[in-house]
Amino acid sequence: MYSNKVLETFANPRNVGEISDADGVGTVGNAGCGDIMKVYLKIENDIIIDAKFKTFGCAAAIASSSTATEMIKGLSLDDALKIKNADVVEKLEGLPPQKIHCSVLAEEAIAAAIEDYRAKKA
Amino acid sequence: MKNGIYLDNAATTRLDERVLEAMMPYLTDIYGNASSLHFFGRQAIKAVDEARASVARLLGAKTGEIYFTSGGTESDNWAVKGAANAFQRKGKHIVTTAIEHPAMLETCRELEKQGFEVTYLEVDKDGLLSVEDVKKAVRDDTILISVMFANNEIGSIQPIADIGSFARDEGILFHTDAVQAVSSIKLDVNELNVDMLSLSAHKFHGPKGIGILYIRNGVRISKLITGGHQEKSARAGTTNTPGIVGLAKALELTVENMAQTNKRIKALRDYFIERVENEIEFCHLNGGREKRLVSNANFSFDFIEGESILMQLDLKGIAVSSGSACSSGSLEPSHVVLAIGCPIEQAHSSIRFSLGQHTTKEEIDYTVQTLKETVETLRSWSPLFNVEKGEGKYV
Repeated sequence: MYSNKVLETFANPRNVGEISDADGVGTVGNAGCGDIMKVYLKIENDIIIDAKFKTFGCAAAIASSSTATEMIKGLSLDDALKIKNADVVEKLEGLPPQKIHCSVLAEEAIAAAIEDYRAKKA
Repeated sequence: MKNGIYLDNAATTRLDERVLEAMMPYLTDIYGNASSLHFFGRQAIKAVDEARASVARLLGAKTGEIYFTSGGTESDNWAVKGAANAFQRKGKHIVTTAIEHPAMLETCRELEKQGFEVTYLEVDKDGLLSVEDVKKAVRDDTILISVMFANNEIGSIQPIADIGSFARDEGILFHTDAVQAVSSIKLDVNELNVDMLSLSAHKFHGPKGIGILYIRNGVRISKLITGGHQEKSARAGTTNTPGIVGLAKALELTVENMAQTNKRIKALRDYFIERVENEIEFCHLNGGREKRLVSNANFSFDFIEGESILMQLDLKGIAVSSGSACSSGSLEPSHVVLAIGCPIEQAHSSIRFSLGQHTTKEEIDYTVQTLKETVETLRSWSPLFNVEKGEGKYV
């Protein structure tokens, strides 16, 4: 049911970890639903220079976290916000229908981290 | 490990080569329809008759009480819908448990839509039903009690004979889904006091697509599948001759080797549980230690999610199953693990290991080692676990 790309990504996810001096942190989901995604961003001049994540969730949630954090590195905050869950799904060469919400969580976690950064800055 | 390690025997089992050998003639040369009068048909019906007699003997039943079906799901559907339909004038109340297989639960929900009332009895933390609770649940209009013999997820074994004895005294029909029990528990329909019993061949090294519903003589339930006159006109559909021959052979081998196989599997399973509990922190055995199928171990590993454990083990050649919502396609984690009082977070991280007759100690050792590494890796990826402090918490 999973594409090879999802399995490969899940076997060796990129960007797992925390950023101790992160400029923005976003957490979405809850343990009762079986998914929690926490995204850490290092931001300079409105550009994402580093992104890391920690995820409690299924293979699709972990693969989505890895792929989404890869996609936003080097992007401006506005461009990062333009990355939608469908883009993550495409990069993963598809997700099973019941797993689409995992890619949505990735999109939301990034948005939450950016919001956190902007709120702190304001 | 070459070929992979299969620890999902509760899902299905490998066809025994001796079973395949027994089936082979009926998949090739002896292909006649068992209902045909000519000699092609006669050869087939002879094999079916012999298989039915053998199955009946092994279950302590009469030959005429064994009906072949397409498997456990059909048998459960037939037993419950057949009884509901036949006895609805007498009453519309059914008693079952909250931890039944979906074949039973969904069937009961369908009947509820048609105006039947169903009581889903709760179980204790070990996944066990109390006979007293069954007694309390029964009403004047109760027409059927159906309780699974052994649970497919946590392996808990219910007091079937005692419930059956009560049901008989009350004159209430009693059915048990013995699909998970048959591979390690000797079944005798008279000792168990059951009126109906469901089995499926692929759970005991037989072929898929063939099962049994035992119906005690004198019990008249309605048909589920209508059509031709097969199975004494009680269950229509072309007789599955190779399946029936395979089921009978598989049951014969299972019963013959049961004591020996159980001893070996239980020793391996106990060794597995002991090592996991000693070597992996923050894990919980779901279900009790007594009255549990010898092949079953079900653990929750805190702070990580079950499907990701399953998939990591899969990448390393180990096949297990999970009670997490993510692996079932539903939003809720396992109804069974929740029913024994496991918190929802831990239900999401439950993994079932079901050993089989081919499981080796070497495989168990490799599994424990791989599981330890997997749990450690996934915890290092989890926002709920602090690796440096070696502790975690659900937020």
